[in-house]
Amino acid sequence: MLKGGYVGKILRVNLSKNKVSVEDINEKWAEDFIGGRGYGTRLFMEEVDPNVDPLSEENKLILATGPLGSTYAPSSGRIMVITKGPLNGAIACSNSGGHFASDLKRAGFDFMIIEGKAEKPIYIWIYKGNVEIRDATELWGKTTKETDKILRSLTHPEAGTLEIGPAAEKLSLISNITFDGHRAAGRTGVGAVLGSKNLKGISAFGTESITVSDNERFAKAVYNARDILSKDAFSGSGGATYGTALLVNVINGVGGLPAFNGHDAFLETADKISGETLTKEYLIRAEGCDSCPIACGRVTEIRKGKYKGNKGVGPEYESIWALGAMCGVDDMDAVVMANYICDDYGFDTISAGSTIACAMDLFEAGYIRESDVGFSLKFKDPDALVNAMKLMAEQNTDFGKLLAKGSYRLAEHYGHPEFSMTAKKQEFPAYDPRAIKGIGLEYATSNRGACHVRGYTIAVEVLGDGDKNTYEGKATLTKTLQDLTAALDSTGICLFTTFGLKGKEIAELFSSATGFECDEQEFMKKGERIWNLEKAFNIKAGFTKDDDKLPERMEKESIKSGPSKGEITDLGKMLPEYYKSRGWDENGIPTPEKLKELGLEGIL
Amino acid sequence: MKVLSIDISKCTGCRACEYACSFKHTGAFNRWDSRISISQFLEDFVFIPTVCTQCEDAYCVNVCPTGALSKNYETGVVEFDPNKCILCKQCTMACPWGSIKLNHMGREIIKCDLCGGDPECVKVCHAGALEFTEVEDMVMDKRFRSATKLKESVMGV
Repeated sequence: MLKGGYVGKILRVNLSKNKVSVEDINEKWAEDFIGGRGYGTRLFMEEVDPNVDPLSEENKLILATGPLGSTYAPSSGRIMVITKGPLNGAIACSNSGGHFASDLKRAGFDFMIIEGKAEKPIYIWIYKGNVEIRDATELWGKTTKETDKILRSLTHPEAGTLEIGPAAEKLSLISNITFDGHRAAGRTGVGAVLGSKNLKGISAFGTESITVSDNERFAKAVYNARDILSKDAFSGSGGATYGTALLVNVINGVGGLPAFNGHDAFLETADKISGETLTKEYLIRAEGCDSCPIACGRVTEIRKGKYKGNKGVGPEYESIWALGAMCGVDDMDAVVMANYICDDYGFDTISAGSTIACAMDLFEAGYIRESDVGFSLKFKDPDALVNAMKLMAEQNTDFGKLLAKGSYRLAEHYGHPEFSMTAKKQEFPAYDPRAIKGIGLEYATSNRGACHVRGYTIAVEVLGDGDKNTYEGKATLTKTLQDLTAALDSTGICLFTTFGLKGKEIAELFSSATGFECDEQEFMKKGERIWNLEKAFNIKAGFTKDDDKLPERMEKESIKSGPSKGEITDLGKMLPEYYKSRGWDENGIPTPEKLKELGLEGIL
Repeated sequence: MKVLSIDISKCTGCRACEYACSFKHTGAFNRWDSRISISQFLEDFVFIPTVCTQCEDAYCVNVCPTGALSKNYETGVVEFDPNKCILCKQCTMACPWGSIKLNHMGREIIKCDLCGGDPECVKVCHAGALEFTEVEDMVMDKRFRSATKLKESVMGV
């Protein structure tokens, strides 16, 4: 019997049959795969053929909360979206903060499976365990912010909401899923899966209680964790004061901020788009996700210039980098405005910014002509950035439609896929793999395509005492962080807690909440199990060793300026060791022995 | 005497206080069983914590027909004795702030008791929106903030 943390129920909504059912959660899976990303992936693999077309009726999408959600465990507001990702066909786990995870649990469900396809636009209203599928024709075309507001007015003023914007409605491969109108599961194009199913949104409200296995022990674990977090420079005060954008000056300072679509890794004027500037000139207040002491969320407004009066949230560090440095743009008004457009229409800011940077690069190289775009699309030009963003948002021109497919399709269309700064067709984020070696291995091996939050090696390589310039030890570092994050993502708490917490503290939070006793070692083992499960999905979906690579520019073109000038990377110096440390063969396939050790026999 | 002071400008809307409160009083996590509540205004990203402010001359005490509610002048707390309560709910109607309320089952009156002098909500409010402070210090921060502005604009230092 489940002892705590979980509600114990799964909601299944079949949109083709207009049918709703409720199932119990599998306790063995809960113990082995925790919840969230782990349990969600296990469930997904049971139900979906890895070879389905991501935008077909056969693909499903699972919303997954973790056992620490809806408690006062620090930063426990994460919700996971598991599906086959439209951007690249790999297993997608995209996740978001906010409050929706706790709303879904209070409404009575740990997980929600969305399957089939509705005939016309609909939204789902979950009220205290009861579910209605309602018409959303009037909502189609609305921005995420408008949809959130309307959903709450149609259902309950204190409901939590999920919604897609126009980007996902038009099946953009870089569209996100938004929560409460302002938080997003950004990556891998998950929004398009809901768009393809005609699902505009979900509203959830409930009054269910969440209990834990051992109250006294859980309280002790929570206060210990909160105490540790309060002492770290980022989670203690930096996050609330500057947000994630605190990193702009830090990463640029070591010459690791990719710029001009990866031709460089340093922006001379980066301070103009830094966290310090954001706080000083744009910040209204900090916002926190469910139970989060860090409060890195930014509520902002543009107070001057031609975009004066616009308000919204963010930008995050990654968004500033993608829309700013990557495009060579150091005009913060334009960066913030482009970020607001991404949010309103529902685009992944990382992919959107990097795609515009790719377009600028192709333009400057002469492969894209002015007549294709309608205006000059040069690096550094803030107007070009915002205008390109508008083209992508509206998707009412051929070029706009192309932008909304992401940089890989864009560059391929113009015959130069090497201009796309992607791994597994997903744009890499704001850390240069030539300047910071380990993060390149992470980009190449991440199960959902290039990503920094599967194994955040930056914590050690730049923010910790590691050496960012060496290849040695990066295989083990990457593996360890990937496993830890896989387990952490499954509990429902935020990756940012790892600025202070180690596996030991997180395992204690999990054990005391659920009664599934596990020490740090066992917790890491669960993470490794989840990582191998995701890998198995990708292998079945046709991914091979050839997909574990970086954009060739990272291995051929050295950094032009700044502290890392001249640096280049060589993935081959890390990848074989990585496969070995994972117990995989030389082609990156998990060996039968490894699968047996993890209790995953027969998964491949 | 100490009071629970709220600085709404600092609230990040994380709701940890609601979880801490319900867990302390009921052993389970449920924002509908929390004595303190965060009202969120998402359009403006404003979050307002509200909780019983322990009135000196409390409507809820005055309207209670059984004496289940009473003011303790030593601690300042408006105390609630569930054994005397007949659940007539008059207090929930009398309170102008909505700060005395029914739990999520609708079968119990709940209100802030300051956790006997060690409020749990304050312990998880990392933003510093909630503080348990001596009554004379309650508005001191605000007073200094506005005085600082005056100092700068009038005195030029």
